[in-house]
Amino acid sequence: MKTAVLVFPGSNCDHDAYHALKHVVGVDAEFVWHKQSSLDGFDAVVIPGGFTYGDYLRTGAMAKLSPVMGAVRRFAEGGGPVIGICNGFQILLEAGLLPGAMIVNESLRFVCDYVHLRAETERTPFTRGIPAGTILKIPVAHYQGNYYADEPTLSALEERGQVVFRYCDPEGNVTGESNPNGSARNIAGICSEKGNVLGMMPHPERCAEEVLGSADGRRLFDAMAAGPGGRSG
Amino acid sequence: MREKPVTPELAREHGLSAGEYGKVREILGRTPTLTELGIFSVMWSEHCSYKSSRVHLKKFPTKGPRVLQGPGENAGIVDIGDGLAVAFKMESHNHPSFIEPYQGAATGVGGILRDVFTMGARPIASLNSLRFGRPDHPRTRYLVSGVVSGIAGYGNCIGVPTVGGEVYFDECYDGNILVNAFTLGVVRHERIWRGTASGVGNPVVYVGSKTGRDGIHGATMASGEFDEKSEEKRPTVQVGDPFTEKLLLEACLELMRTDAIVGIQDMGAAGLTSSSFEMASRAGTGFVMDLDRVPQREEGMTPYELMLSESQERMLIVAKKGREGEVREIFEKWDLDVSVIGEVTGDGIGRVRWRGRTVAEIPIAALTDQAPVYDRPAVRPEGQDALQRLDPAGLPAPSDLGETWMRLMACPEMADKKWVYRQYDHMIRTNTLVLPGSDAAVLRIKGTRKGIALSVDCNSRFCFLDPFVGGMIAVCEAARNVACSGAEPIGLSDCLNFGNPEKPEVMWQFRSAIEGMAKACEALGVPVVSGNVSFYNETMGKGIHPTPAVAMVGLIEDASNRKVQGFSAAGDLVLLAGADRLGLHLGGSLYLKEIHGKVAGTPPPVDLAHEKRLLEFLREAASANLVSSAHDLAEGGFACALAESCVSRPGGAIGARVRSPFPESSRPDFAMFSECQGAVLLSCPPEKRDPLLDLARRFRITMKELGAVGGEHIDIEGLARVGAAELRTAWSEGFAAALGLEG
Repeated sequence: MKTAVLVFPGSNCDHDAYHALKHVVGVDAEFVWHKQSSLDGFDAVVIPGGFTYGDYLRTGAMAKLSPVMGAVRRFAEGGGPVIGICNGFQILLEAGLLPGAMIVNESLRFVCDYVHLRAETERTPFTRGIPAGTILKIPVAHYQGNYYADEPTLSALEERGQVVFRYCDPEGNVTGESNPNGSARNIAGICSEKGNVLGMMPHPERCAEEVLGSADGRRLFDAMAAGPGGRSG
Repeated sequence: MREKPVTPELAREHGLSAGEYGKVREILGRTPTLTELGIFSVMWSEHCSYKSSRVHLKKFPTKGPRVLQGPGENAGIVDIGDGLAVAFKMESHNHPSFIEPYQGAATGVGGILRDVFTMGARPIASLNSLRFGRPDHPRTRYLVSGVVSGIAGYGNCIGVPTVGGEVYFDECYDGNILVNAFTLGVVRHERIWRGTASGVGNPVVYVGSKTGRDGIHGATMASGEFDEKSEEKRPTVQVGDPFTEKLLLEACLELMRTDAIVGIQDMGAAGLTSSSFEMASRAGTGFVMDLDRVPQREEGMTPYELMLSESQERMLIVAKKGREGEVREIFEKWDLDVSVIGEVTGDGIGRVRWRGRTVAEIPIAALTDQAPVYDRPAVRPEGQDALQRLDPAGLPAPSDLGETWMRLMACPEMADKKWVYRQYDHMIRTNTLVLPGSDAAVLRIKGTRKGIALSVDCNSRFCFLDPFVGGMIAVCEAARNVACSGAEPIGLSDCLNFGNPEKPEVMWQFRSAIEGMAKACEALGVPVVSGNVSFYNETMGKGIHPTPAVAMVGLIEDASNRKVQGFSAAGDLVLLAGADRLGLHLGGSLYLKEIHGKVAGTPPPVDLAHEKRLLEFLREAASANLVSSAHDLAEGGFACALAESCVSRPGGAIGARVRSPFPESSRPDFAMFSECQGAVLLSCPPEKRDPLLDLARRFRITMKELGAVGGEHIDIEGLARVGAAELRTAWSEGFAAALGLEG
């Protein structure tokens, strides 16, 4: 399996994603510069976190115009697994590959901390084998991670099983206190209708090794690497 | 367009004394042009020339077997083995941060990052040392919020984790906050680059942001006192663009993997002036620059403005002749401006041209070597004796020691700083093994077993009461902090924040502090490899406490043996290492200040030979895995150190039951909160007790067994007992509460 780690001007979690994939999980990974317009030969795409174009306009609003995003769209339409983490999630929202938008955290402050997530569905290539109800300990680090969508959209997301992660307390209860940014319905991650595109604010690549305080994030990449057959390859 | 003619009055307005202006005329053999006056004034400003501090800075030990680069470059570099090295430096951005907290702090971070990556090192961690006025001062909340979000805004965006630091409050900083930023990077020995302009005929290349009018005379501003008009200096504060700096960082590191360049330096304070003249000075060369080729953001900029602008995110590169194309290709890939603006010459003259005219022509050696150096008079302040007088017996004893303990743990100096560090991305790059909130942060070096421990420290109350001892303590505490995590201190960077050096009393503080620090560095074998001096931290004639912040870098050969300050598990034994260092010292203590409203007395004594043995003992104890936790006794004394080990436990608060290490006859409040130097609270599993005591004997460290970890209460038998969870709540909420910030 060969994974593309996209690099935009201002991406800053690209090295972390690459490290987790290549040196922890052990899958082939390659950086792909945003001016490239093809993703031929790749089996999965990671859009890493960062501050593309400084987030000086809306987060992700500039990055969605990069040539590589056309390739991402085609890759996603073909059913290929795509994960957007943090700024990567914001780019997917701006590109229209996922519904909704991000606004500034309710606290109006950047937040970097460990949070707990409740997994809600196994249907994505990154959560296959992570049963609904599983609690994961994963860090967040963002200023604009307050997920917003109008009520009909939120309800539709829930009905179609597109909510993949919610913020919860260590016991798995979805509470206001456990929501680090004010996201609607404690949503931390969502997927496309087909389930192959996942966007999430928390950073699985930051907790892929026990030495960093949690290895829960590794499970997402392991699932991706195992593929539908459940075997690493 | 004609430049304003230069007169002695104009020179004075530029901060040059009559004597200094005379020297300028002597060097040039004529009256300087306005551009030349600007160049001399910034190069000879206190900020760039270190004219008042240089004679004393020489007292620091700067060499050692690991030192690859000492002071004088953009950053110091220390070998960590296996062909790797760490480059690091700390720098102040005090004045700009007071005037415009967000941008002042942000550009402070940006500047120090450039100092590190200009050496070829990939920045992996930042720290900061912050000092604000009284928590209830009307401006403090605004300044704290602005500075913290400025540091976060820059550091988070560029993607370098801010892994630790310190935050203090004292009324002496009401009108002069301190914002000191530190960054460390990792570099392979063969990839180290320096700021040198060698090779006649080599092109001088400008890269990065365009030049605007921002920050003109920032260096000069940093070299004067504040008055009521300081607010008007807002336009001299630069505006940061962390996104461009991120591009600059990646482009520079990409360029440095080639061999197309000979030297590189960032345009920090005094911008194009200092980078060009310093690089030529180091190489003993000259240069000619054509300012019309400088990428400009605004129209109609004068040569004076172009030479003095402190626009951020710019670098000056000397490339190898004929290799300009490679430089251009890399910077264009990253959408950055790149322009060949001149070339290296062999005549030792710095020539600046603009619109076909020569606007400056300065002999470089004279500009740098004949820069003024002052051995300013130093006098012990008259009030120092009175300040050092303290009659502890006269202090009223608190009626409820448990309540006093809670109050101290909740005061902003002691309280959990999570409100601050939660805003900093402290995990990015996935190297942070010990997160903020312990004595030292620990980072792994990927691809090796090594870890780097970092701590920044300065107790400015001690420095105020006795700058010599306070200086020693700053070094010892920082070293002890990294040793607690299991590291060997291998080098430090400092940021020396003081008042007006033209006042003999301030100069005395400065000289004494440096001598104290130097003595401690010698004794502990820790070289000073980089640093910065910030004078004129005064407003309306009122100076700050002398605050020589020390950033210590430690090396752990096997990072899996790192230790934290928080207790690990119930049943572990609690021991005190350095028990013979205890004494009922109240001078400069937090207890004296917070509870009795006094800053008086003398700091606790320091035994440098003991400190040295203690550092080695701590490292051995960690690497042999004999201890579960280690935490040094500092502000708040024994009781607060114990409480911190209980409440900062990663898995949540835990209790402990211990005996007081003091004789029973000691006054209870003094036994709990007096401060000392050279004692460390340890915990270990019971089966490690005997080998730990053996090890302590080997290093002649006096140990005392005090009790055990566990239970729901923190109990110092016979003195006080508080609920661990209750104390944790007070401690975690104290910071935001004291400052009136939302939690």
